[in-house]
Amino acid sequence: MTEWLHPALLLALGALPLGVLQGRGRQAWQLVLPLLVLASVASLESGTRVTMQLAGLELTPLRADGLSLVFAYIFALILFIGNIFALQVEDNAQHVAAALYAAAALGATLAGDLVTLYVFWEIMVVASVWLIWRRQQRSAYQAGYRYLIVHALGGMLLFAGVIAYYLHTGSLAFEPLAGGGPAFYLILAAFLINAAAPPLHAWLPDAYPEATVTGTVFLSAFTTKTAVYVLARGFPGTEFLVWLGVGMTLYGVTYAFLVNDIRRLLAYHIISQVGYMVAGVGIGTTLAISGTAAHAFTHILYKALLLMGAGAVLHMTGRSKLTELGGLYRYMPVTFLLYMVGGLSISAFPLFSGFVSKTIIIEAAAEDGRGVIFLLMMLAGVGTFLSTTLKLPWFTFFGRDAGLKPAEAPMNMRVAMGLAALMCFVIGVMPQLLYTILPYAVDYNAYTASHLIKEGQLLLFTGIAFFLLLKHLGGKDKISLDFDWFYRDLGRRWVGSARDLVSTANADIRREFMTGFRRLEAAACRLRVSGWPMRSWPTGSMALWTALVLALLLTFGLSR
Amino acid sequence: MTRLVELMPFIVLLPLLAGPVCALLPGRRLPWLLAVAATAGAFIIAATTLAGVMDGTTLRYAFGNWPPPIGIEYRVDAANALVALLITGVATILLPWAAPTVDAEVPERQGVFYALFLIAMAGLLGITLTGDVFNVFVFLEISSLATYGLIAHGRDRRALLAAFRYLIMGTVGATFLLIGIAFLYILTGSLNMVDLAERLPGVSDSRALQVALGFIVVGLAIKLALFPLHHWLPNAYTYAPTLITAFLAATATKVALYVMLRVVFDVFGPAYSFAALPLASALMVLAIAGMFAGSWLAILQENLKRMLAYSSVAQVGYMVLGVSLVSVAGLGAAFLHLFNHGLMKAALFASVGIVAYQAGSVRIQDLQGIGRQMPWTLTAFALAGLSLIGVPPTAGFISKWVLISAALDAGQAWLVVLILITSLMALVYIARVVETAWLRPRPADAPAVNEAAWWLLGPVWLLVAANFYFGLDTRLTLGGATAAAEALAGGALGVGR
Repeated sequence: MTEWLHPALLLALGALPLGVLQGRGRQAWQLVLPLLVLASVASLESGTRVTMQLAGLELTPLRADGLSLVFAYIFALILFIGNIFALQVEDNAQHVAAALYAAAALGATLAGDLVTLYVFWEIMVVASVWLIWRRQQRSAYQAGYRYLIVHALGGMLLFAGVIAYYLHTGSLAFEPLAGGGPAFYLILAAFLINAAAPPLHAWLPDAYPEATVTGTVFLSAFTTKTAVYVLARGFPGTEFLVWLGVGMTLYGVTYAFLVNDIRRLLAYHIISQVGYMVAGVGIGTTLAISGTAAHAFTHILYKALLLMGAGAVLHMTGRSKLTELGGLYRYMPVTFLLYMVGGLSISAFPLFSGFVSKTIIIEAAAEDGRGVIFLLMMLAGVGTFLSTTLKLPWFTFFGRDAGLKPAEAPMNMRVAMGLAALMCFVIGVMPQLLYTILPYAVDYNAYTASHLIKEGQLLLFTGIAFFLLLKHLGGKDKISLDFDWFYRDLGRRWVGSARDLVSTANADIRREFMTGFRRLEAAACRLRVSGWPMRSWPTGSMALWTALVLALLLTFGLSR
Repeated sequence: MTRLVELMPFIVLLPLLAGPVCALLPGRRLPWLLAVAATAGAFIIAATTLAGVMDGTTLRYAFGNWPPPIGIEYRVDAANALVALLITGVATILLPWAAPTVDAEVPERQGVFYALFLIAMAGLLGITLTGDVFNVFVFLEISSLATYGLIAHGRDRRALLAAFRYLIMGTVGATFLLIGIAFLYILTGSLNMVDLAERLPGVSDSRALQVALGFIVVGLAIKLALFPLHHWLPNAYTYAPTLITAFLAATATKVALYVMLRVVFDVFGPAYSFAALPLASALMVLAIAGMFAGSWLAILQENLKRMLAYSSVAQVGYMVLGVSLVSVAGLGAAFLHLFNHGLMKAALFASVGIVAYQAGSVRIQDLQGIGRQMPWTLTAFALAGLSLIGVPPTAGFISKWVLISAALDAGQAWLVVLILITSLMALVYIARVVETAWLRPRPADAPAVNEAAWWLLGPVWLLVAANFYFGLDTRLTLGGATAAAEALAGGALGVGR
């Protein structure tokens, strides 16, 4: 019965009432809708495919298998948690945008052909940008525009890639794309833009911290993780991705260390964590792909938890800079504790979810015989622990008291964070729950002595180093230049000067032409005594153009 | 089939005969009713005709039973039936919609106004259906003269000047066409298209024939508003009454393109046309220049109607680009975009017409925050804008897809980049309007504006729905365009190149 009821369609239709419902009704529907979608995803059996014919193309709007279902589950789940977090927001546009955004992400995940994927890809962009714009601040508005432009470019690349792929292979099926010719690179570039791989990543730390408090939670969950899914689907085992992924882990960690805004710090950690997944896709063994899916699953949960924590602080204090915060522990203890669960998860602390997923990818790298990759990934883990779990909470909740006395975050926010924290913990303690839904059966045990000792040492010494160097680690209120400078500043200057150049040149040529023409015209007018108001008409220039085109055409034609 | 042949000429005759009657009717409602009835009748006949010729047959009707080379003959195949369907279809949707706007803009002597409208439409249909080149010229003048009169009806006094400029340029174009036709007649002694196509190979080494082709192509390029011969268009579209702008934008340039294709591909034959003059490269250069210049100028405009007018110049570029590929696929893309662009521009101009009617201004800066007061109108505009940009699932997406495939088929992959860049430029100018209307707050001193009544919104949404429908179900448009391209050039070019 549910075969025709596409979860994305269900969710998209269900999003419509959110536009008009008010008060309790809206809140109730916000909670019921994700559960319905979750049920609809759960009712999909692995191996289900729905195909249809459209304009001579064979489309597969629904394909459920191991890989797509993991992502579908977590997307539905995070919509539920995110909606709880957003319950008190009285802005229907945000709720509709979030639901449509989730619907598009679900649709892209379940798409079995490239055209369907492209359509949902674009809907995702258009829906998500509203989560940024509804912050209703000038900087958010501009960041949203930049976000839109970058993703429009990505969409164009994907579109061109899909056409090229179709012409090259005659098929639209979304399978590993290795034999796609030039389409391979076009589509890869489009996916990497969404995965925020440097140097195509700058939109993410630019836009996410500008989004609404609740919007950032959704943003962090869907766009990059959809990109991870499509990479895992289309490009498993692409060697280049291994190095790119490791580069991302280090790049994100390094920049996270430099920034001052707590949500921007967490945004850079998205890049870093997605780097693990991209590297996992690049390694491409069944263990690595499973690890990627598992890490995406846990990452969505703990990153949402961290951003909810940071969002709660921003919501209650109105501030988000490390230098302006401090000493909040006394006023927001619940938020602090729940945030720390997220922090321990992202740092792969044993008993928390990151430990059971990240180590799979690292283990896969080791099993594949990649020593350097293995070590670099461990190194990035140090940076993650340092900035997310030690530095950020230290300077936000302890450290110098900034004199703020906020109340604890609202009930629904705490419930949402608690739910996410609970899941982080449960997965960390009982990883088999997660392992059973992975695309490939994994025979992997995270809690071996060597894993525990390795992680334990790493975290312990990082912690010691942090407290020894505390003085030098505080946030500094300054701007860290990143690649977005190229289009934020250089691009604007370049376009501006090019525009001026063209318009002056155009004006000059036009003036020259018009002076000459006016002289001619004046002569003609003097001949005719009657003073027709011909002076301001470029009708003559139109006729001149006509004659010019004809003359050129004939000259070239007759002289052949 | 014989009945269809007898019925087919009435596509032209209905509006042509109804026109003068309309001029004599008193009041406001009667002329309008007659105009609606005549266009609706023509639309039904055009639809049945297209259904009859989709399979590749050609309907021929000789006027007054004079045999073809001497008498005037109507020849209808998929190519002109599709164009006729577009003209009558757009008119049938727009006329019922336009009554209140016409009341506001042309308070007096509406009989004459509707008569001119019917005659202009009959002229366009006549150009489309006839199989005689001199008849093309006659109908071109009929429709042009009526159009000048219609543009001059605009409320703004600059409408008179715009009409005058169009008159000058239109006359130059028509004269060029006439000179070309005269050359043809001198060389062959015939005016019938089929007859000409048979006789022209005999005189193909004549310089005069090359000159004739040059004159005809340039003359039609003016009517087509091919860059840089487009200068008449922005003013004419900006100052004409709303109904006329929407109707002309959707149909007039399309008919000129159709005639150009008919002459170049059917009468002269692509083998001769593209060898005698550097048409392929000339059209490609002008098309690309038009795509960029039109989009760029559209971005700079402050007046919404003018912005859409410049966007038309860019869109004409896409169609001509398809033609310049000289392949059946490219020609199909041109025809498809001809039809689809008619739909999207009609929807855009009609929604702008509602804005003009309700708010009294179409300057972009006056529209700040108007999206909240007229949500249905501005949503229609944004959706039709999506079609213009080429976002799936709209008709514009299908157009772009087919055009890009045709360019790749012809081995011209670099064109894809240019098409995508200009699509981005379209995104910029549409987004600018959407942003102003929805995201800016309404200034406190701005006059209050109400949403339009449903009878104004209904047809606009019908056009928007058509844009989406034809983006999903392409049997009529893509099938019709392919049949049209094959009817024009299938034999001469073969499939693909």
